[in-house]
Amino acid sequence: MIRNITIGQYYAADSVVHRLDPRVKVVGTLVYIVSLFLFNNFWGYAVAVGCFYAVTVMSKVPFSYIVRGLKPVFLMLVFTALLNLFWTPGTAFLQLGAAELTWEGLRKAVFMSLRLIFLILGSSLMTLTTTPNQLTDALEKLLAPLRHLHVPVHEIAMMMSIALRFIPILVEETDRIMKAQMARGADFESGNMIQRLQNMLPILVPLFVSAVHRANDLALAMDARCYHGGSGRTKMHPLRYQGRDFAAYLICIAYCVLLYSSVTYLPML
Amino acid sequence: MSVILRNVSYTYGKGSSEEKLALRDINLEIRQNEFVAVVGHTGSGKSTLIQLLNGLEKAESGEIFFHGKNIYDKDFSMKMLRSKVGLVFQYPEHQLFESTVVKDVAFGPSNMGWEQLKVELSTFGALKDVGIGEELFDVSPLALSGGQKRRVAIAGVLAMEPEILVLDEPMAGLDPAGRKEIFELLKKLYRERKITVLLVSHSMEDVAEYAGRVIVMNQGQIVLDGEPRKVFRYEKELRKIGLGVPQATSLMHFLAEQGAAVQDDCLTVQESITAILKWLT
Repeated sequence: MIRNITIGQYYAADSVVHRLDPRVKVVGTLVYIVSLFLFNNFWGYAVAVGCFYAVTVMSKVPFSYIVRGLKPVFLMLVFTALLNLFWTPGTAFLQLGAAELTWEGLRKAVFMSLRLIFLILGSSLMTLTTTPNQLTDALEKLLAPLRHLHVPVHEIAMMMSIALRFIPILVEETDRIMKAQMARGADFESGNMIQRLQNMLPILVPLFVSAVHRANDLALAMDARCYHGGSGRTKMHPLRYQGRDFAAYLICIAYCVLLYSSVTYLPML
Repeated sequence: MSVILRNVSYTYGKGSSEEKLALRDINLEIRQNEFVAVVGHTGSGKSTLIQLLNGLEKAESGEIFFHGKNIYDKDFSMKMLRSKVGLVFQYPEHQLFESTVVKDVAFGPSNMGWEQLKVELSTFGALKDVGIGEELFDVSPLALSGGQKRRVAIAGVLAMEPEILVLDEPMAGLDPAGRKEIFELLKKLYRERKITVLLVSHSMEDVAEYAGRVIVMNQGQIVLDGEPRKVFRYEKELRKIGLGVPQATSLMHFLAEQGAAVQDDCLTVQESITAILKWLT
C-alpha cells in the first residue's frame, strides 16, 4: 500500500561525488543555486548546465532518477513560465486575442524555467548522493558557529536525525494499523471529504499513541546511556576533509570564476 | 464449508529491485471447525498467507475459494469475507482507538452495516467471551492492562462473528498467565462456537497441546502438513529450517536414538512421563 514511499531519496553508488564530504556538497549546492539567480545571459546558463552535466556523469546517478525530482513541481514550472510569457511587456511577436506574446516574455519564461529546473535538479543531485544522516552531520558542523548566538545547533541536528530515522518505522506502522482496521471492515476509500477524514481516526489515534510510546522509550534509552546533549560529544564517523574535498572547493571557485567571466566578457546573448 | 487455496503465489515489491517471493504455489484446504497452527521461520510466508485469507493482500496468481466461491470474482463481497474470516494481527492492542472499550469492540460490527441491536448483542457477547467484565465496558481501552487490552482487541474481531478466526502470534509478549488465558479462550471458541481457529505460533509446546493440525512453512512453501504427532516426528528436518519440536518430544527422540525402546511420538511432558515409566517397568 504505502510501503513504497521513500523519503530521503538516496541513490547508493560508488562515485567520487558520493564520497565527498557532505559539507562540500551542501556548500557547493548553495553556491550553485545562488549563482543561478545572479545572471541573465545565455552563456551563464550554458556554463551552469554544462557543470551540472559533468557532476551528474561523475555521480553515476542515472539521469532518470534526477529528473524524477521535477515531477512534483511540474505544474508550478508551467505556471511560472506561462505567467512570464504573457505578462511581460515588450515587442510582441504573436497576438492571441487580448494577450500578446513578447520576445522579452519568451526570454524571461525560458530563463526563469531554467533557473527553477536547475535549482531543483541541483538539490536533488545532492540528496541523491548524500544520506540524510550525512546531511544532518554536515548541517550541524556548518551551523556550529551559531552556538555562540545560543542557537541549540546540536539539539536541532539530533531532532532532525531522529525524525528521519523514524519515518520508515512510522510508515510501516501506519501500514499495519491500516490493515488491522481494514480487517475490521474499515473503509478508507469511499465517502466525501469529511467522512474520509473521520475514517482516518482509527488510524491516527493508534499511530499517535504508538509514536508517543516510541518517543518515550527512546528518551529513556538515551537517558540510560547518559546522553547529555552536544558538549564534549564525539562522533563515530567524524567529518574530516580529504584532498578531494579541497579539490571540490577549488572546482566550486573555478565554476564561479568561469561563470563570471563568461557572463562579463562574452557577447550578450 | 471451507477455505481452499489453489496454486497461490505472492511476490512482494513486484517489479522493483527488491522483488521477493513470499509464497510459491500454495495448495491448502482449511475445513470447518479445525484448530490449525501455522509454524515457520521469520520470513517463511506465514503472515502473507494469513493476509491472503481475508483479502487484505491479493495473490499474484492462483485462486482462493471461500465456501466454494472465488474471492477474486468481481461480485464477491470483500466486506463479507472480512467479517467471516476474522484476522487478529500481531500485537492487536496497538489498533485500539475508541474512547471506551464497548465503542472500540463495536467498530467492526458497525462497519458491517448491522442494525444497532445486533451490533450491541455481538459486542457484549464478544466481551463476555473474552472475559472482560461489565465494570470495564466504559473505561478507555488505553487504560487497561496489557493482557486486558489484547483480549479487548480480540473481542473487536470476534464481535464480527467470524466463522474462521485467524490470529498472528496472539501470545507474543504476554506473561504465562496471559498466554494461558488466550489459549483457553481459543479452545473455548473452538469447542463451543464451533469456529475454525488458525493460529501462527512460535511455541511448539503450545502448538502440540492445542492444535489438531500443524502446517509447517519454509521459504514460501508448505513443507509439512498434518497432525502434530506426525509432524513432530520430523525433528531433524524441522531443525534444518530453523524450527524445533516440543522439548518432551525431543527428549523421547533422543532416548530412542540411544537405543531405548520407548514410544517416541509423545507431545507433552505428561505423555513422556507415562512412556518412560512404561519403559522402565
